[in-house]
Amino acid sequence: MEAKTKDLWVFVETNIDGSAKNVGIELLTPGRMMAEKQGGALTAVVIGNHVQSAVDQAAIHGADKILVVEGAEYEHYSTDAYTIALCSLVEKYGPTSMMIGATNNGRDLGPRVSCRLKGGLTADCTALDIDEASGNVAWTRPAFGGNLMATIMCPDSRPQIGTVRPGVFKKCAPTAAKAEIIREDIHVDEKDIRTQVLELISEMGDEHVDLEGAEVIVSGGRGVGGPEGFDTIRALADVLGATVGASRAAVDSGWISHAHQVGQTGKTVGPKLYIACGISGAIQHLAGMSSSDVVVAVNKDPDAPIFDMADYGVVGNLFEVLPVLVEEIKKARA
Amino acid sequence: MNILVCVKQVPDTNEIKIDPVKNTLIREGVPSIVNPFDGYALEAAARIKDKIPSAKIVVLSMGPEQAKAALKECLAIAADKAYLVSGREFGGSDTLATSYILSETIKQIETLEGKFDVIFCGKQAIDGDTAQVGPEIAEHLDYPQITYGLEAEVDGDIIKVRKEVEEGIEVVAAKMPCLVTFTKPSWNPRYPSIKRKMAANRADIPTLTPSDLAGIDLTCCGLGGSPTKVKKTFVPPRKVGGVKLQEASGEDSARKLFDVLSSEGII
Repeated sequence: MEAKTKDLWVFVETNIDGSAKNVGIELLTPGRMMAEKQGGALTAVVIGNHVQSAVDQAAIHGADKILVVEGAEYEHYSTDAYTIALCSLVEKYGPTSMMIGATNNGRDLGPRVSCRLKGGLTADCTALDIDEASGNVAWTRPAFGGNLMATIMCPDSRPQIGTVRPGVFKKCAPTAAKAEIIREDIHVDEKDIRTQVLELISEMGDEHVDLEGAEVIVSGGRGVGGPEGFDTIRALADVLGATVGASRAAVDSGWISHAHQVGQTGKTVGPKLYIACGISGAIQHLAGMSSSDVVVAVNKDPDAPIFDMADYGVVGNLFEVLPVLVEEIKKARA
Repeated sequence: MNILVCVKQVPDTNEIKIDPVKNTLIREGVPSIVNPFDGYALEAAARIKDKIPSAKIVVLSMGPEQAKAALKECLAIAADKAYLVSGREFGGSDTLATSYILSETIKQIETLEGKFDVIFCGKQAIDGDTAQVGPEIAEHLDYPQITYGLEAEVDGDIIKVRKEVEEGIEVVAAKMPCLVTFTKPSWNPRYPSIKRKMAANRADIPTLTPSDLAGIDLTCCGLGGSPTKVKKTFVPPRKVGGVKLQEASGEDSARKLFDVLSSEGII
């Protein structure tokens, strides 16, 4: 289809309590820069049930317009209802480009929407710009497990759509809300929602680990040596209020569950602080944590590739270093 | 019960090295493997077949003739039948074009094998990492989709899938036909038996070409049918390592690290 406006849309995914997921608000930051280069309005799209809190968040973080679709059928995410709502908005307003946070739901929704619109979609982007010569969005993303970066454009089809990795961009400082709020009545028949959530098991003990939302992560790898070695990792995580992560080597050895795995076959994370302990730094692991703000590595091997990625590297035995670090932190906070 | 599993042959990204002089990927000599996530999808299918022994598992791959090696591996592990779809016209396809070709191929295979109750895919391939082809096949076929599956269970005409969400684990149900993509579960996929391996080596794998696909619109295939264009690729600049601390003992290094992190306001 063709664009009817130069507007750039950011799909702001909501939580069950009606607040915005962080990535939607983060995307308003590059969205502002891109909307200005494209000469259109920065539009947030909020779909859900009772989503005033998400609308308020989008308004104070720079949206010019906010499109709101509310209804009981949107309370829980479903591919069918959200695809129908988002596609009908796109068909009505014709934005030139659209960004979706690359959460599990975002990567479920993006391909469904772009395929229905017969458009192009670039997945899991980590850098965004507007190509000066053509005016197209230049979507940059990792491939081959982070070994290669590719810049992709969508010259002919509109909207050009991309999913963007959480934690790459930072929320802008809140300002006075000035957004125009447009409510659209779009309703989806129950029979058109073909999946049903039977159960949400949020407290699966060890299985629920919120790595994507964590501000601090302490991860262990092969150097941890065994399941009991993770007690040392957990002790540091506890004093820092951090989430425990792990490399594939530790997970494949059965020392800790896959829910903790960071990297290409695990989670992609972007915390403020990432402490890698006994992790050599295979490219697949680096691909999952390279958007961390500050990386600290503790490893016995001075040549471990993780040190190339680390802002602060400690060459040493993690079982000597971590307990002392824990004591120092406790002392400082006492 | 009729199950289709889509698989892709991919380079083992664990084995990819960077040419330090030219700063490019070294692709030569990198072994080809079955995309690991497709292996989890095949295992999920095999587990359904464990409970419903009459179930048939068909595997499909799009790619060059060499991709038959990946299909043979799937036959050795659990699949009953394999098909390859291949054609010069398909080269350069992005995910939209690839999913269109696969959905047209699936319709063709269904005329030979019967209608599929479920289509299983890996959540993503480890070379492209897009996670788009599965949902896009579902859209082309107008099927419901469940992504990030860990395990699946069939109950009458309903499929129930335990799937990963940020908040934990969700159990989602859909009426079949349905498409499910799988991520890594906490168990390892089964290995092939020697007997199955020998049978797989002898298996005849039919290749479907564009002329076998009645009604395919070739303008929707290949580079021309792909809305996304790769403008450039580059090896990411390696971050230059920061401060390295190595004091006389681990304890001293830990104290130094604490001092640095707290004076920088990091902890």
